[in-house]
Amino acid sequence: MATSPASSPPAARRGGLPRAPALLLLAALLAATLLVAAGIGAYAIAPQDVLLALARHLAGQPVDATIDTVLFRIRLPRILAAMLVGAALAAAGAAYQSLFRNPLVSPDILGVSSGAGLGAVLGILLGLPVAAIQLLGFAGGLLAVGTVAALAQALRGSGDVLVLVLAGLVVGALAGAAIALVKVLADPYDQLPAITFWLLGSLAGVKAGDLAPVALAVLLGLAPLLLLRWRIGVLALGDDQAHALGVEVSRLRAVVIAAATLITASVVAVSGVIGWVGLMVPHMARLLVGARFDRLLPAAILLGASFMVAVDTLARAAAAIEIPLGVLTALIGGPAFVWLLGRSRRRLAP
Amino acid sequence: MSLLTAEDLAIGYGARVLARDLALALPAGSITCLLGPNGVGKTTLFKTLLGLIPAQAGRILLQGEPLARLGRSQRARRIAYVPQAHAGDAAHAVLDLVVMGRTAHLGTFATPGPADLALAHAALGLLGIAELALQLTSRISGGQLQLALIARALAQQAAVIVMDEPTASLDLGNRIRVLDQIRALAGSGLAILLATHEPEQAFALADRVAVLTPDGQFATGPVRTILTAERLSRLYQASLLVEQAPSGRLVVSPAVPAAPSQR
Repeated sequence: MATSPASSPPAARRGGLPRAPALLLLAALLAATLLVAAGIGAYAIAPQDVLLALARHLAGQPVDATIDTVLFRIRLPRILAAMLVGAALAAAGAAYQSLFRNPLVSPDILGVSSGAGLGAVLGILLGLPVAAIQLLGFAGGLLAVGTVAALAQALRGSGDVLVLVLAGLVVGALAGAAIALVKVLADPYDQLPAITFWLLGSLAGVKAGDLAPVALAVLLGLAPLLLLRWRIGVLALGDDQAHALGVEVSRLRAVVIAAATLITASVVAVSGVIGWVGLMVPHMARLLVGARFDRLLPAAILLGASFMVAVDTLARAAAAIEIPLGVLTALIGGPAFVWLLGRSRRRLAP
Repeated sequence: MSLLTAEDLAIGYGARVLARDLALALPAGSITCLLGPNGVGKTTLFKTLLGLIPAQAGRILLQGEPLARLGRSQRARRIAYVPQAHAGDAAHAVLDLVVMGRTAHLGTFATPGPADLALAHAALGLLGIAELALQLTSRISGGQLQLALIARALAQQAAVIVMDEPTASLDLGNRIRVLDQIRALAGSGLAILLATHEPEQAFALADRVAVLTPDGQFATGPVRTILTAERLSRLYQASLLVEQAPSGRLVVSPAVPAAPSQR
């Protein structure tokens, strides 16, 4: 055989580490964001008091009653929800980008968010429980991404960037039209405001009890992405090369689409439609750790969680009224994305 | 020993058959050049041999075992593919690109370990581009990227390597370097099938040639028996001469119109 593992240069180990420093840094950033976010609000709590209350809570000791209510009943459930949503959208975005070999795809651009939104809005219209809303959201998201992939395939092959994005726009617009129809049908005093606010994205209504099923669904979707991270990265080379390198491309693609769609749809069901995160966060993560998917995914998850917690803290504390999350992510994400595009055109490839 | 054997092979997509009755054998330590004008199905033949698309008829044996009965990663451990280098492809570190060649040797949920990285480094060293390991593929030259793709095929440790016009977009210096490496690889016992548009490359490099014509005819054999002036002229629809240069090299040149007897 032509090659042998005889000599490994000193640099051999560099590629083996999962860029531990970058990941540690991102984990520290997340911890700091959580700590600060937990203290911010109408009732401010200093970071050391947050830590103290957490320590006492975990140790089973009594905590100041006000802090107990504010921290453990109101803020932490919402912060956990924000973490979950941010991590989920960023992971789904990174997975779609690698899968479609296209740095411009994201759950929102592929119509998944709109499709999931349509399913969930229908659930709200019918007054269904959270689990059923999630299920409808998942079905809507899967239907949307399936239609996009089929359209792109029928028109010019799924590798074509433009056709893919246009198909996503079309499906998104159709779902948007259907959502508008649902709004017309909804009860204008009760359901319509809920639907409208929910479509702009918000975590204001999250209750601690809603978190468990969503967290379970997100973990269920994240697990295959994390386990298959190396093979998903090889997909970025394109079908033929991935095949020739020994990857079962169509089976892997089906798994990734199902997982990323499950993740997106689950969080859409609890947070509403929040754009930009799934597009922008993977790009920021790519600047930090490079394009390799097995490194990108954990980085995107950590960064997405930090980003969403920070944005949601802004949403609830920056103004007297609750600012819709979708508005904030668009305000931050749009310009940031343009800046990223300009900075890193050569590194944008998934 | 033939590492890849194709018998009575028909290639094509769906109902469309591009060529039939192909017979091909790639012995260890040999280079076979595949020639044919654009669009005759060279890439289709490659895809069929790699198992990316099914054969329309006939069978392919990889080290004696039918391709159709091998799983995806078993195939990848026996036959590797070197695509044409495209500048627009995703940017990876060169080492990451090469270590992807180890995928077929990894468990479904595994990521490459130190042994895989050592193999990737060894492959880069063998091709003389060890110092590029940490460079981005978007920042290196086309020739270097082509060598990196060959290194990936080496890391894959397959005994058969098919290369799709590995020198198509390279300048003269890079072309010579890549061809030298390919020759050295065959010398180490690999079986190499290489598509090329240049008959002279086949004269300089190949042990055997295979020719695929627009009407689906297939011929294979020793270079000098197959690549006659007459066959080349028919193949490329131009009157061509095969001449011997003073150095002994064979060169292909257009026949001057004043010498119709050469047609």
